[in-house]
Amino acid sequence: MSVKGGPLQRAEGRLLRVTSFDFTRKIARINWFFVALVVLLGGVGALSLYSATGAFDPYAKRQLLRLAVGFALMLAIAFVDIRIIARLAWPLYAVSLVLLVMVLKFGSVGLGAERWLSIGGVAVQPSEFMKVALVLALAHWFHRASWERIGNPFFLLLPLAATLLPVVLILKEPNLGTALIVLAIGATTFFAAGVRLWSFALALVLGGLATPIAFAHLHGYQKARILTFLDPARDPLGAGYNIIQAKIALGSGGMWGQGLMHASQGRLDFLPEKETDFIFTLFAEQFGFVGSIALVGLLCLIVCTAGAIALSSRHQFGRLVAFGIGMNFFLYVFVNLAMVMGLIPVGGVPLPLISYGGSALLTTMASFGILLSVQVHGDADFTPKREGV
Amino acid sequence: MAREKPRLGGVFTRRAMILAAGQVGLFGLLGLRLYRLQVRDGAHYAMLAKDNRVSARLVAPPRGEIHDRAGALLAGNKPHWRALLMVDATTDAKATLAAFNRLVPLDAAERLRIQREIKVHRPFIPVLLRDFLSWDQMAALAVNAPALPGLIVDVGTTRLYPFGTTMAHLIGYVGPPTEAEVRASPVLALPGIRVGKAGVERGRNGALTGVPGMVRLEVNALGRVIRNLARNPGTPGETVRLHLDANLQSQAVARLASERSASAVLLELGSGAVRAIASTPSFDPTLFDTGLSARQWKAWMTDKRAPLLDKALAGIYAPGSTFKPVTALAGLTSGGISPGTRFFCPGYLDLGGHRYWCWEHGGHGWLDLPSAICQSCDVFFYHTALATGIDRIAAMANRLGIGVPPEIDIPGAASGFVPTREWRRAHGKAWTLGETVIHGIGQGFDQVTPLELAIMAARVATGRAISPRVAAEVGAQALPETAFPELGIPEAYLAIVRQGMREAVNNPLGTAYASRLTDPKMEMAGKTGSAEVVNLSKAEAAANFNTANLPWQFRPNALFIAFAPVANPRFATAVVVEHGHEGAEAAAPIAKVLMEAAFGMVAASRARVAGAPA
Repeated sequence: MSVKGGPLQRAEGRLLRVTSFDFTRKIARINWFFVALVVLLGGVGALSLYSATGAFDPYAKRQLLRLAVGFALMLAIAFVDIRIIARLAWPLYAVSLVLLVMVLKFGSVGLGAERWLSIGGVAVQPSEFMKVALVLALAHWFHRASWERIGNPFFLLLPLAATLLPVVLILKEPNLGTALIVLAIGATTFFAAGVRLWSFALALVLGGLATPIAFAHLHGYQKARILTFLDPARDPLGAGYNIIQAKIALGSGGMWGQGLMHASQGRLDFLPEKETDFIFTLFAEQFGFVGSIALVGLLCLIVCTAGAIALSSRHQFGRLVAFGIGMNFFLYVFVNLAMVMGLIPVGGVPLPLISYGGSALLTTMASFGILLSVQVHGDADFTPKREGV
Repeated sequence: MAREKPRLGGVFTRRAMILAAGQVGLFGLLGLRLYRLQVRDGAHYAMLAKDNRVSARLVAPPRGEIHDRAGALLAGNKPHWRALLMVDATTDAKATLAAFNRLVPLDAAERLRIQREIKVHRPFIPVLLRDFLSWDQMAALAVNAPALPGLIVDVGTTRLYPFGTTMAHLIGYVGPPTEAEVRASPVLALPGIRVGKAGVERGRNGALTGVPGMVRLEVNALGRVIRNLARNPGTPGETVRLHLDANLQSQAVARLASERSASAVLLELGSGAVRAIASTPSFDPTLFDTGLSARQWKAWMTDKRAPLLDKALAGIYAPGSTFKPVTALAGLTSGGISPGTRFFCPGYLDLGGHRYWCWEHGGHGWLDLPSAICQSCDVFFYHTALATGIDRIAAMANRLGIGVPPEIDIPGAASGFVPTREWRRAHGKAWTLGETVIHGIGQGFDQVTPLELAIMAARVATGRAISPRVAAEVGAQALPETAFPELGIPEAYLAIVRQGMREAVNNPLGTAYASRLTDPKMEMAGKTGSAEVVNLSKAEAAANFNTANLPWQFRPNALFIAFAPVANPRFATAVVVEHGHEGAEAAAPIAKVLMEAAFGMVAASRARVAGAPA
């Protein structure tokens, strides 16, 4: 057994594997540093939304409310025993899958894509749930798997199907960006779980062969996004407008920024979707390179802390879950930032905790709750249950 | 050794570290990208952001005034109310238009124009809905302003011409720019911008227009104005001061008005200054600015007297006998005749089986050049033309300003014509001596404009290549005076022709004796002309047919050129009375009035200067 920590911990290794935790111990084991980072990020988001209109109404106020709810949800989940979460992994996956099917059938149209589902009057994005559910399900699948079993291609069939099924459903919504993120989450979890490298090589070859066929099946607007990305000047007032205006906003921020509420691109509505997908440009125009780098640093710190939590876990389920949640967050952040900086094609991917939107915010906060739970219950003993495989 | 059953925790740690390195690396990539966009290219994007937000709007400057030589206002501006639609300040331009239409009914043509302008103009250039609102309409619009989003009632300016028809041809008129002009210069799309369409308004349009002002506005992505950043009112158009004497012009027009259709030019010889230039009948120049009815336009177009045509500048006439000084100088300078040459006039000249009549069928007997000019003997000039040749006559005509585009600082001047052998050949015919004969007395293909006649008179009077000048100052800056070069015609020859012109007015035998100026200090020299506008049959000519009995439009044109005083010429003039029958009868009396008025003006202005406080 590989045991991390100081000499005392190592000596007590066996003893520390516990089956139950008391409440005060849990509070002490919560990663408050991570919680502080999340609060800080939420604050930056609320500030950015405030600057979008110059008032708390309507975005900042509602976002702050959601942040409060999300914060409570995160802490509540942090106290939930990781083993309960593990037991819920597949049921959650099944529910998410059903919701994905439902969104295809009954979903409401938003910006040309069927992505929203109204449940009890609340608009939800099932693909958001699926990203977390997939991480949990795959972690559960690989939790007790031996090195040999992972080497067996037949063992990989079920997780492969569990990954590709939601990818296909999300593609049909159609939401290319999220589908690719889900695919990447699956692939990185496979990789971290120890799936052999030749499997990835094979998948790459097959994927490379499938790309031209897939491109042919893309929607017109998706093709347009890719082509516009390759040459934004192709259509400066159409699809390329967003990228051009986003780059102007970023660039005109300069070193120190135009100052809060002094950025013309955002204030005068040149920025598209400035309170959702393009909120980073709104922030960057006001706070410049220094502010942007600080925000990127904060996001990087959150990802690294999630990685540290993963490494600190003493069970494979916790490792894979923490890593997957960190990866999920990272992919969202990277895709969004790279998108607004004109590095990758534009796709409807928000910036977690900054962009205005309830579904993504609550899902992110819930996933952070699970992340905290992994650390709180890092020593949890799965042995008596003997479940998983 | 790695083959030996790796521990999954170890595998995870290794692979997680690889992926974490990838994550950090990608964050680094984002940082580099941010550096590139915000620091390295920041200035470039800041400029693009400024371009985005700042919209410059042009403000039409007031058009410059036109003054006469003494500063009297000839063209100015007067305010009026107009309704504009700011398309970008309303969400529903159609609704505003409909509401406007209920208060101020628009006709179908106006609606079409407005719809086209809304479509064509950039949204921040206001579209003119209706100009020249009445006070009631203006008040109704002001009261209903809340129901008319995007509507602005604005003070515009109309061109004001205090002298109205008196100098309409010279001053010209303004009108809205044509679509082609707007395409060439988008500034002209501004409502209220007027473009000079004729005369001084057109010739000096550049100076009169001024420089548009600019309002720099901050606009949002939809083009809506957020705030004003800066305002530059622009530079008003410059004042153009003319050489014209408004009083003299008024007197000229008053006298010309007694004829059905006439024109006159009076030049000052020192500077070539156009002191008066008139063409009657005339038109009201403000109509072009304020809106012209189709009926008015049709009336102008069907009027045989062509009120829109500036006959002084572009009326083309056969010069008739006013051409004789040209033939005389051509003969003298080419050696065809000499100052002492005499010809016998039996009343006709027989040439090539054809008899060319003198206007005096009884004949003038023996005549020298001055007497021939004085009595306007045709036969003398038949001989002179034959001795000189048409090409030399044409060359002299050009030298004296006939048949070459006149050098004048307003547009629209036509040029006359004197044929040459080569021109005739180019048209497939050989020149005949008979043609030389009739062109020597300003008939046949010979053509002049009144302005050219005045130039010719001025050049004969001074021996210099005088050209007319309309504008004296632009924007309080005096235009440079040209020193007109010598024509190179020997003074002796000029003197003998002037002598003939002097006698034509002052000798009792002269054709214009009745129009002489009695003050010896203002002694006038001149030359009459009457040019047939229809060919008389040989029989009619032989019978000395009285053209005065023809219907008006078939009567000969009456022409007269003059300069004065003879001793020291200061003014030259040309008068053409269409179908006035005879120069002596219809044109010369007008020239007399003009000359007297011109001298009167001098006296009056001298008195003004003398009487003015030091």
